[in-house]
Amino acid sequence: MQLVNRNSPPVDQVGIEDRIARVTARSIKSDMKLEGLKMAISMIDLTTLEGADTNGKVTQLCTKAQYLCNEYPELPSVAAICVYPSMVGIAKKALGKSGIKVASVATAFPSGQSSLEVKLLDTKMALDNGADEIDMVISRGKFLQGEYDFVADEISTIKEACGEARLKVILETGELGSLDQVRKASDIAIYSGADFIKTSTGKIPKAATLPVTCVMLEAIRDYYFETGKMIAMKPAGGISKSKLALHYLMLVKEVLGDQWLSNEWFRFGASSLANDLLMQYAKAQTGAYQSYDYFSID
Amino acid sequence: MAAKNKSVFEFSPALESAGHIQLKDQYELFINGKWTKPKSGKYFKTTNPSNEKVIAKVAEANEADVDAAVSAAEKAFKGWSSISGKERGKYLFRLARLIQEKARELSVIETLDGGKPIRESRDIDIPLAAAHFFYHAGWADKLEYAFPNRKTEPLGVAGQIIPWNFPLLMAAWKLAPALACGNTVVLKPAETTPLTALKLAEIIEEAEFPPGVVNIVTGAGATGAAIVGHPKVNKIAFTGSTEVGKIIQRATANTDKKLTLELGGKAANIIFEDAAINQAVEGIINGIYFNQGHVCCAGSRLFVQESVHDEVIQKLKARIENLVVGDPMDKNTDIGAINSKSQLETINKYLKIGKEEGLEMFQSSCSVPSEGFWCKPTIFTGAAQSNRIVQEEIFGPVLAVQTFRTISEVVQKANNTPYGLSAGVWTDKGSKIFNLTSQLRAGVIWANTFNKFDPTSPFGGYKESGFGREGGVHGLESYLKFND
Repeated sequence: MQLVNRNSPPVDQVGIEDRIARVTARSIKSDMKLEGLKMAISMIDLTTLEGADTNGKVTQLCTKAQYLCNEYPELPSVAAICVYPSMVGIAKKALGKSGIKVASVATAFPSGQSSLEVKLLDTKMALDNGADEIDMVISRGKFLQGEYDFVADEISTIKEACGEARLKVILETGELGSLDQVRKASDIAIYSGADFIKTSTGKIPKAATLPVTCVMLEAIRDYYFETGKMIAMKPAGGISKSKLALHYLMLVKEVLGDQWLSNEWFRFGASSLANDLLMQYAKAQTGAYQSYDYFSID
Repeated sequence: MAAKNKSVFEFSPALESAGHIQLKDQYELFINGKWTKPKSGKYFKTTNPSNEKVIAKVAEANEADVDAAVSAAEKAFKGWSSISGKERGKYLFRLARLIQEKARELSVIETLDGGKPIRESRDIDIPLAAAHFFYHAGWADKLEYAFPNRKTEPLGVAGQIIPWNFPLLMAAWKLAPALACGNTVVLKPAETTPLTALKLAEIIEEAEFPPGVVNIVTGAGATGAAIVGHPKVNKIAFTGSTEVGKIIQRATANTDKKLTLELGGKAANIIFEDAAINQAVEGIINGIYFNQGHVCCAGSRLFVQESVHDEVIQKLKARIENLVVGDPMDKNTDIGAINSKSQLETINKYLKIGKEEGLEMFQSSCSVPSEGFWCKPTIFTGAAQSNRIVQEEIFGPVLAVQTFRTISEVVQKANNTPYGLSAGVWTDKGSKIFNLTSQLRAGVIWANTFNKFDPTSPFGGYKESGFGREGGVHGLESYLKFND
């Protein structure tokens, strides 16, 4: 494997913060804002990952995914629904032929503290139930112990099991400790076959941030420069406001370029972002903020 | 990226409004606290370099006008230098606060008159100008602590001549230490960008400075020469080209005028293979394209370690495609208008020389407006020490890239220039930074960053980049004499 001899480049945290300050100072107005809001909606992986998830809750979320807002039929639907493996079948049925994908977390989500056998079974269960995309977690403990080959082998084994399904590799960046580590984990995931790299499980307080995303986008860009292959990106957790979502799109535009600006190459893992995007869209159309009650919660 | 797909997420105009600013059609000279018609009877036009429209007419001071200004400053010196440092500090604090209050108006005027992006005048020029007054206001009553056991005295009348690249900020760099130390001032802003200095005169009026403490006279080289040549001026502080700096040094050679010069530069920005390359690329971009490259400390010579040359160049080329070039009043503009027609001609001359000397030139594929003065961000690769674009200051958005193999080689090359204002080093290794910085002959050296300014930090050059420091405790020395 190429990984063994490949050192990840260092990351300068101060430089990353300067870069983010520049990106967030961008002024996103009028048409650009409208297009950005629409684009962000189309990139959402509408997510419910609760122990309390029921058939009813998942079905309702799938309904929302398909009928986001009747008032604005020009709006796109979200990219996918993201659920636990046990809910994949329900979601698949509820979404029918809508074209909305079903993503399933797997591999002993969220901690990843299990054996490879169990992780493979977990993945297989999601796939058997019809999942289009698998969101796996890396073994952070092994990564922090320096057992990079273990982490890489696990990812490539799961990737093999995924077959046609696209594999998102969750790094859980909030547990990695530094941007250098984020870069290293990104490189390991990319070189082990990840289709997407994803920041977080959403299960710990430190979820996606712009600096972390910037480092991961740079890893994707460096890989693209080296190999010509595109890898997709998914920040997840903590993105609930439109303004922040637009900053993410600006970051993608500036680091990777316009060709990454579609839901094939960029996703938001979020549960409440959709309604804020809808509210901002309605505000842009009508000139006034609407009551929360005009937007269905799920 | 190389492939550019048409996206729907394209920038919409985001113009800063200019409706709130107050500008007169005609400005007089600010002498002895009064707006005074020039004895020369002449006025010149100041234009907006992004559309070539005239913004205002400005008085041209001749020798008699300069003499009136110097006399006013001389008259005011006794009072200003004898009030307590605490009182002088109060005036400066008031001035700093008023600049903050009027920050929006000042940044719009700065951008209209000089062509720099509103983002820069709003986020850098104007806040830093206020910071310089705040910082020096604090020194006004603490000079005996700045120089313990030494008896200090102000010099008298300071003649200050400032350039067009950071008009208000340079005025602040010059005025704040001079006034804090108890000197009075005759300041001449550059002829292409006089408006913010004239607005500053209005603010000085509003702050109720005693008449004559600050006099602002406008004009071109002849006005500056009249200040330099005036026998009652005790100190000359000049920021500008090395060429003019030499003329000033000659003119003051047989006088007892104290002199500080902050002149040109041709900074080496050195990037090692172990650097955080992605952040270094951002720093290179900031180092050379900040303020259209109209920066004396711009990182205009890039030294890349050979092993990472191709990667760095690929990333630089991709990055300049992302820079927004155009209307300086748009909040998303990264590179605004070139300050004047003559400066654009200078830059174009060097682009031609670079190509004629066989260098490969790369420019952003962006388009530029049809009116006004523009230069696309430019990179020359394959440059050598003997190329003219490596030796001479271009003062535009033009980067010359050279390669190196070892530390000793890059130190030799970096120092092989008549200039020595600033330098940058990019490496993840702390020991390398210290090894290198002690060998580079430059007044300011940045490590893993570039173009960071702070009033507490002294700024100034080695060799033909000038002498004397501005900012920090060191900057106070230039405005004091020591009687011990």
